[in-house]
Amino acid sequence: MSIDFQELTAEDVSRHFGRRKALSRISFQTRTGSILGLLGPNGAGKSTMIAVLATLMRPSGGAIHYGTYTSPAAGSALRSRIGILGHDLFLYPELTARENLAFFAGLYGARDANGAADAALARAGLADRAHDPISSFSRGMRQRVALERSLIHGPRLVLLDEPFTGLDDASTAALVARLRGLRDEGAIVVLATHDLDLAEGLLDEALFLRDGRMVDAVARPGALRSTYRSIMGRSS
Amino acid sequence: MRIAWLVLKKDLTVEVRSLEIAYTTLFFAISCVLFFAFALVKEGKAPEDGAAGILWIAIAFAGTLALGRTFERERQSETLRALLMAPADRPAIYVGKLLGIIALLIAAEIVLVPLVAFLFQAPLLSHPFWLAAVLISGTIGFAAVGTLFSAMLVRARSRDVLLPVLLYPITVPVIIAGVRATAELLQPDVELALVRFWVMLLLALDVVFVTLALWTFEPLMTD
Repeated sequence: MSIDFQELTAEDVSRHFGRRKALSRISFQTRTGSILGLLGPNGAGKSTMIAVLATLMRPSGGAIHYGTYTSPAAGSALRSRIGILGHDLFLYPELTARENLAFFAGLYGARDANGAADAALARAGLADRAHDPISSFSRGMRQRVALERSLIHGPRLVLLDEPFTGLDDASTAALVARLRGLRDEGAIVVLATHDLDLAEGLLDEALFLRDGRMVDAVARPGALRSTYRSIMGRSS
Repeated sequence: MRIAWLVLKKDLTVEVRSLEIAYTTLFFAISCVLFFAFALVKEGKAPEDGAAGILWIAIAFAGTLALGRTFERERQSETLRALLMAPADRPAIYVGKLLGIIALLIAAEIVLVPLVAFLFQAPLLSHPFWLAAVLISGTIGFAAVGTLFSAMLVRARSRDVLLPVLLYPITVPVIIAGVRATAELLQPDVELALVRFWVMLLLALDVVFVTLALWTFEPLMTD
């Protein structure tokens, strides 16, 4: 079964770990062609929200609606429309870049997994390093491969958790350009970061989280750092 | 089956590159057999029926080591999350992992059987077909439970301690059936009907363990 959706809606989503509330009644809506930022300090619940949106974690309360679909009802068909780039890069260091990408392309049902891997490597600008093991790559190069891994199946929903960590200026600029490209292609991009300078000018919507609670939501946020200070100052 | 094959192929490629699990498993299993040989073989005479137990102890201990490392590898780069995100039935990932463990343990057994036969003067290879049937069916049962538990425990801090604590009590029937069948194969007059009985029991346990694991893998791995 192939599915698609145009909107992503979180409805009173909560997630508890025992007595600790990692997320408490978070609600938002976003749609294709937009980049939503989850902003907040460490421990705000950004990574938990990403894991819940990725269907890797079930919410303790509330629901996520992917258009008219919900998880786990839509199961594997829904997962085929989601791409995730986490803190860790989800790559096998012993395998070459091409083997990694071909493996994940195969998992996502690509008919020509090697062809898909070659195309992804070309997009990452790493075609000449295709046969080198990932363990020999720099952090920035690994991140580029990992981003292409998360996009190899053309997902509608792209989830990125702190994607700028450890990147140099050139790699950061390339990642920002790629994210803008994804937005223009009609993806729903959700980006969790605490790096406000890098998120500046990139986000269409920003959700400010603190201690698992949604403090505020701002459309077309400008001057992110001062907005962040004023919102977080208000809430403390 | 396509997903299971992809996971198996990936695991074998990674293992061929690193040889990490193969070396540690084999080293541990051979050391185990040698320690027993030094302790039990006196003046060239091995204890009667000892070879069967020692072979299965080496398989179980080495298998536990291999099981722990297989999922530890998926934890290091959080690749397990990426596997679980794939639009495939999650039990297919379990099957791929299980086949990899079975392949590794059978490779270890290919080294262990002649070693045990030599050191304990045991006629292990006198009925090669039945020995293969016992070892393969026993290995499947042991690995089926072990693969599920090591996947379950991948995020637990004390996983190295918990794995054997959970694994051995559940797999006791497999180990007993394996030891009894192997011991029977070492008798001067092998009663093949008895060996057949133990193999059938092992196959029945395999069906139960694999079915239960396939049924529980998805809910256990979500969250």
